[in-house]
Amino acid sequence: MKPAPFRMYAPHTVAQAVATLAALEAEGQHAKVLAGGQSLVPVLAMRLAEPGHLVDINGVAGLDAIDVSSAGVRVGALVRHAELLRHAEANRVQPLLSQALNLVAHATIRNRGTTVGSLAHADPSGEMTAVLVLTGGSVTAVSVRGEREIPAAEFFVGPLESSLAADELALSAFFPAAPAGAGTAFVEMARRHGDYALSGVGAVVIPGPSRDEGAPTISVSCGFLSVSETPLVLDLSDAWAAGEDSVMAVVRAAIDPQDDIHASADYRRHITGILAVRAIREALARVREEQAA
Amino acid sequence: MGQRYFGEPIRRTEDIRLTTGQGHYLDDIGAGQPVLEAAFLRSPHANARIRSIDIADALDVEGVRAIYLYEDLAGPVAEPLPVLIPHPALTAPRTPYALAKDRVHHVGQAVAMVVAENRYLAEDAAERIVVDYEVLPAVASLDMARAAERHAHDDVPDNISAHLLQTVGDLDAGFAKATHTLEFDLHVERSASTPLEGKGVYAKWDADDSSLRVYSSTQASTSVRAAIAAKLEIPLLKVEVIAPDVGGGFGVKIAHPWPEEIMVPFAAIRLGQPVKWAEDRREHFISASHERGQDHHVRVGFDDNGVVTALDVLFYHDNGAFTPYGIINPIITSTQLLGPYKPGAYRVDFYSMYTNTVQVTPYRGAGRPQGVFVMERTMDKIAQALGRDRAEVRAANFIQPDEFPYDQGLIFQDGRPLIYDSGNYPHQLTMLKDMIGWDSMGERRADAASRGKLLGVGMACYVEGTGVGPYEGAHVHIQTDGTVDVATGLTSQGQGHQTMLAQITADELGVPFEKIRVVTGDTRRFGYAVGTFASRTAVMSGSAVALAARAAKAKALRVAANALECNENDLEIVDGVVQMKGAPDTKIDLGTVAVLSNPLRYAFDKAAQAATQFQGVDDFDKPPVAEDDEPGLEGKDYYSPPRSTFASGMHAAVVEIDPETFDIHIDKYYVVHDCGRLVNPMIVAGQVHGGVAQGIGGALYEKMEYDEDGQLQNASFMDFLMPYVTEIPQKELGQLELGHQETPSPLNPIGVKGAGEAGVIPVSALIASAIEDAVGFPVDSMPISPNDLYRLHERFAAGELPHVERYAASPSAATRARRGAATRTKKSADTSS
Repeated sequence: MKPAPFRMYAPHTVAQAVATLAALEAEGQHAKVLAGGQSLVPVLAMRLAEPGHLVDINGVAGLDAIDVSSAGVRVGALVRHAELLRHAEANRVQPLLSQALNLVAHATIRNRGTTVGSLAHADPSGEMTAVLVLTGGSVTAVSVRGEREIPAAEFFVGPLESSLAADELALSAFFPAAPAGAGTAFVEMARRHGDYALSGVGAVVIPGPSRDEGAPTISVSCGFLSVSETPLVLDLSDAWAAGEDSVMAVVRAAIDPQDDIHASADYRRHITGILAVRAIREALARVREEQAA
Repeated sequence: MGQRYFGEPIRRTEDIRLTTGQGHYLDDIGAGQPVLEAAFLRSPHANARIRSIDIADALDVEGVRAIYLYEDLAGPVAEPLPVLIPHPALTAPRTPYALAKDRVHHVGQAVAMVVAENRYLAEDAAERIVVDYEVLPAVASLDMARAAERHAHDDVPDNISAHLLQTVGDLDAGFAKATHTLEFDLHVERSASTPLEGKGVYAKWDADDSSLRVYSSTQASTSVRAAIAAKLEIPLLKVEVIAPDVGGGFGVKIAHPWPEEIMVPFAAIRLGQPVKWAEDRREHFISASHERGQDHHVRVGFDDNGVVTALDVLFYHDNGAFTPYGIINPIITSTQLLGPYKPGAYRVDFYSMYTNTVQVTPYRGAGRPQGVFVMERTMDKIAQALGRDRAEVRAANFIQPDEFPYDQGLIFQDGRPLIYDSGNYPHQLTMLKDMIGWDSMGERRADAASRGKLLGVGMACYVEGTGVGPYEGAHVHIQTDGTVDVATGLTSQGQGHQTMLAQITADELGVPFEKIRVVTGDTRRFGYAVGTFASRTAVMSGSAVALAARAAKAKALRVAANALECNENDLEIVDGVVQMKGAPDTKIDLGTVAVLSNPLRYAFDKAAQAATQFQGVDDFDKPPVAEDDEPGLEGKDYYSPPRSTFASGMHAAVVEIDPETFDIHIDKYYVVHDCGRLVNPMIVAGQVHGGVAQGIGGALYEKMEYDEDGQLQNASFMDFLMPYVTEIPQKELGQLELGHQETPSPLNPIGVKGAGEAGVIPVSALIASAIEDAVGFPVDSMPISPNDLYRLHERFAAGELPHVERYAASPSAATRARRGAATRTKKSADTSS
């Protein structure tokens, strides 16, 4: 469990970092960006990947900012999960951040692992990938060619595969603010506390204007993890209006979970329906708490 | 003898050091010095022939010092590793070579050893070794082993290493007497010890002295020493083996010698430079040991009261690819299965089977968890069949307090009769039932139901043979400064032996606890030892230390009596001072006595100067050291028991099941434990709690996932789910209650029984019982995950599984049980009159 030889680069500026990445790309070299290292380092130690070059961005200035505005939360590439988790202002604007971050691994991993790094890793069982897609967020990437903003829906292209180019650095992620009056919740089920979820669901519910004089219309959307190749978001407004059984049926039909040693696809499909209902109920309860307050 | 320390919850003297990073573990040895490091190339195939190995490219890696293959070995080191515990029933024992000869039998078997300037370079080179394998079909499970279409070893066509049939009583008569019979299958999966520190070896050859010093993260340093001496043909006294701080063992480190324990010293001698190998986690998963995998078929006959008249068990034990530890595990399963019960007749028939998987050797509990799972599930099924309370059926089958010593009529793991020395099972059960509120669970069930949860409660009982022989020894050495050095040859892996053994010594000698230093597992200090396993340290080394301390004390009193010109029977030792009973002003420091015990008295220190005032009575016709005496104040003794001593325990748990997701939560856990007298109740509580944690791992989380090619799919702590602290009931949060009953062992001088393995043993049995109680359908295979429970529920809903009813104790039944106990008491009274 010792990594194969690699060359290490320690740029101090974004310009140096992307220049290094560009030069390595031009030489046809395999390079990886090292931030928190919580996914990359074990992969290297087990020699499951043997990149010849690591570009360590931990010394790059200006990548550790959390910028909060009424529009949302921008998270720099070196912001650790733990910092974002305890950022009260960010979590007031978008409560899904802390609701999901609480379920990201363990405190020691959150202290080191970065939120943007976990997005770039593009693991469909990652909580923050689901949150980025559910909130309609984006990733800003930079290379020697300049900056570009990649919407979440286009960022994740497959399991462990993002649309970042080999010479691009994920500079920051943007999580839009929760809509006014919205309630959010994030629930998941894991074998042990902090493990990758067998299934997880984030929910955003927005009470709308009254339809007729009866019940108000409610917009319901859910983001899912561990049950599809890329993070999945479903609009469940109509299903919810038709009842919880309907939500479960729609969810179970839409997802595509896989068997693994921890759970069968059947079981994942079963619990994902239940978790979706529970997430929606919890988000609605938050709406009512808000309204009561 | 005063009892100032024995029985007290004294804080562990080890802990400050071990919890503040001051421990010195295997990988710390030689740190900062030029030490070569080894990496092993291991087989990627479960079953294959080796056609050729090409190391040319690997030798080109800069910093590589040597690469060893089987062909580099000659003499004893080229022979297969030893079968430590042969048995007549083990007709086809197989062990590996230190490096694979021409055949590999499991993924992870060592094929080549690379020694380089550091581990990184060694792994770079290992990756460049090219092995041409002829891959053979693998025997990847017990089912495949039994089918015998594939062969784990070419020359064992039925894959059977051992077959043993044991019978007690008349089975046919027992079934004839039965008014009910049941027949069913039970299954327990593989797990492993998984200590947080893997194995590791450091070896340093001293060419000037032609001697070898080896550090190994082992549970048996004296035996590792003997193995190295024999394999490398070095005189025993030229080999020292030391177990440094060891980060957990749990059984896996009792197996020895590991290939690495031979090859690392081999390389150190060849290269004339210290060599180290520290096992990494993946290596530990695929090349150490596993345990637990067994399939059982049970037939049981019983009467209307649930009393078992005949028990017939057939089981298959997965011993993996090799049998270095013989058939200890299935023997323990087959004998300890009986627990606190006395079936009318018992037949147990087992087959130990080869598979192309990691070898199986004892893991904490060592075959007992499977046996207890089988017996306790049987008790639950009897209760179910009769519509009776589960505790009631157990009580009906207990050995009674007046029946000890109780001979089960079988031969135990130590080759001696399975005779229980002492116990009180009915009282233990009463304690447990009171602790839980067993007969009044209604309110808690209703509360759980109001939260949408299903509540279940389960219990399990076990008897554990502990403190197996043949012996342990100890040396107690009183120094001239009044401090005391204690050495015992068995090893420590963090259990608190230094504290516990110092407590015993302090009381025996009458010396303050703080003045005692304890060393374990260092062959320089004590050469004869067996090792740390089978919950034997307190029983074996504890007793040996007590006996050695008594010997040292006897000499101290004799020497002091001579100096004080009095009778030694009039003396006592209090707080490290020998004094006249009733006249404490007549006294002499124990350190001074130590000076007096040695006729050569150079006044190096104050104690020696003080000693000059005591002239004693000298007889100039006698030599300064009498014929049957020795200089110095030492005691050395061995404890060798006639047979094992039998601890017992009864555990229960309350679980909550989410009826939608089938998530399983342990709400509360209860233990009533009996390990005789407690040397240190805090250490015992820690041992039991830790055991329960590992038991919960085995019940709900841990499983070795082999695919059909014999590849281990979860060889990491990410996918092998050892429970975190978040999955374990916490005593501090009121989630775990621990009660003690003390029935002293009559077999040893301090009345103790072992406690190290206890916690782990019954957990799978009672968690299965509790889950079954909650969900209402049978749970016959462990571990069980939410996914498994969901699948069982699907089958139950489809009518494929029976409904399990819940039966409470009936007042009339309780009366019957009491009357039954009275009858038995009367009977034995009649016999004795």
